Amino acid sequence: MNKRLPSTVFFTRLASVLTTLFGISIFVFIVLRVIPGDSITGSLGIETGALSPEQIEALRVYYGIDKSLFGQYFSWMGSFLTGDFGYAYSNGVSVLELTKSALPVTIQLALFGTIFGVILGISVGMFSASKPGSIRDFAGQFFGLLALAVPGFVLATTIVTVMANVFGYFPNGFEYMSPWEDPWMNFQQMMFPSLVLGIAVAAPVMRTTRSALLETVDKDFIRTAHGKGVKHQVVQFKHVLRNSLIPIVTMTGIQFGYLLGGAVITEKIFAMPGMGRQILDAINKREYATVQSSIMIFAIMFVLINLITDIIYRRIDPRIK
Amino acid sequence: MKEKTWFSYYLKSISGVIGGILILIMFAISILSALGLTPHDPLIQDPVNALQGPSAQYWFGTDQFGRDILSRCMDGMRRSMLVSVVAVSIASLVGVLLGIVGGYFGKFLDGFVVRFSDVIFAFPAILLALAIVNSLGNSWIDTSLAIAVVYTPIFIRVARGPVLTVKEMDYVKAVRILGFSTPKVLFSHILPNVLPPIVIQVALSMSWAILTESGLSFLGLGTQPPDASLGLMVSEAQSLAAFAWWTLAFPSLFITIAVVGLNLVGDGLRDSLDPSRRSS
Repeated sequence: MNKRLPSTVFFTRLASVLTTLFGISIFVFIVLRVIPGDSITGSLGIETGALSPEQIEALRVYYGIDKSLFGQYFSWMGSFLTGDFGYAYSNGVSVLELTKSALPVTIQLALFGTIFGVILGISVGMFSASKPGSIRDFAGQFFGLLALAVPGFVLATTIVTVMANVFGYFPNGFEYMSPWEDPWMNFQQMMFPSLVLGIAVAAPVMRTTRSALLETVDKDFIRTAHGKGVKHQVVQFKHVLRNSLIPIVTMTGIQFGYLLGGAVITEKIFAMPGMGRQILDAINKREYATVQSSIMIFAIMFVLINLITDIIYRRIDPRIK
Repeated sequence: MKEKTWFSYYLKSISGVIGGILILIMFAISILSALGLTPHDPLIQDPVNALQGPSAQYWFGTDQFGRDILSRCMDGMRRSMLVSVVAVSIASLVGVLLGIVGGYFGKFLDGFVVRFSDVIFAFPAILLALAIVNSLGNSWIDTSLAIAVVYTPIFIRVARGPVLTVKEMDYVKAVRILGFSTPKVLFSHILPNVLPPIVIQVALSMSWAILTESGLSFLGLGTQPPDASLGLMVSEAQSLAAFAWWTLAFPSLFITIAVVGLNLVGDGLRDSLDPSRRSS
């Protein structure tokens, strides 16, 4: 018997999340700060050679890279935790301000994409599983395979080309509108990018749904429900789908995280001012402070999403303790 | 009666056979390109013939500089395959080694391995690869290393899980009591029994590696112009596709075929390596 108090479970989870976040911060620090040389060559390029030793020293103090690696890590973490994410060198805007406007765009995009992907994935999965081995099963699986294999940037580029040139309808060509400024415009601008992201989510959700449904259909309680004379549709939704939900929710959680990654490319193509584009712009302009903090924020979101998925499926299945 | 090998089961899987053929074609194309046997030179510009549609001379048409798109697709496929093979080789070797050793010894070492994979898992793949390539540089080795780091934790998980079960089995205890050395136990007795899921994972990871590689070059990291890369070709086609569909269609098709092929091979391997799924 392994009966633990819920609070113990919670604190174990919390401890593991915190250790992971600590590991992430070290990893981000190593990859982005230690490997790429320093911020001086980053912002001045080959002109660094023209600086006098005194100037270099002054710049090293300015960027905070005169300290030891430990000192640098702790001063970065210290300011990061107090909400000071650094400043963009080129225009002096604080990364916190940038993030405040970019994060909602990415979250909205990810939510729309996930909702669309889950609906599409579960529908195609149910459609496929309703008659295993039939033409419709084959069609469903073929869709799943294609959705997995066509890269998001290919789909996005195709949509942009076709919509803008054949139909002359391309809402993303206009300036981005937040849902508070212009909900209808915002919806139109969100539509195509979420479609692209949603299809990437739909593929694995479809595959998981199909195999989970096929596994559940064979269970005794489903036969019992049919035997009792429960309507076929009711059995499908209330018994089969409900009991197949755990793998589907888990897969959705995993995909939601990946979708944040997909957002990097999709936001760029559809000119959405989200986190992904913020990181890409920062990389192109060699704004290391922005890149470092933005990637850290991305990773924190990812870890939080995994935590939420975990909590949700504990809710769906009371057997998981 | 002779026992059937996994290969005879593999040949019964329709997905596996179709996928195998697609991948063999893509490998053949890569090898032809590596030998310099492309119809035209992928780098030679011919402004007079810029943006020609598909024809007998240029099967896939030409791009904005008059370069042959078929030759560039072949060259791009070679680069994608190279990166994918190198990255997944590194990721699978390192990941499987860490996973088996961690799972077998447990305790502190295992805790460290699991944390390490958790940390890397906490980044969306393309984002992590992007950050690493940004730090390392744009050569194909840098891209391969970045992708290898991203996919190592998957192999850690796939190898570690079964090891936890297998190490408690009687036959492992028996060989340990017989006095076999630890490396011998690990690699001669445990590894073969946890191999099937790893092999399947290799095929799937190669398909993700191709997607990640082309995604990176689409974003302008990795392969730099004028060299050909499938992702870069799609990126360049953004401004051309409206009046020259072939600039977008063919590189996209190449990526898709390679990824579909590797996924089907993965399905075929799963059907043939898992005894419970074998249809006699």
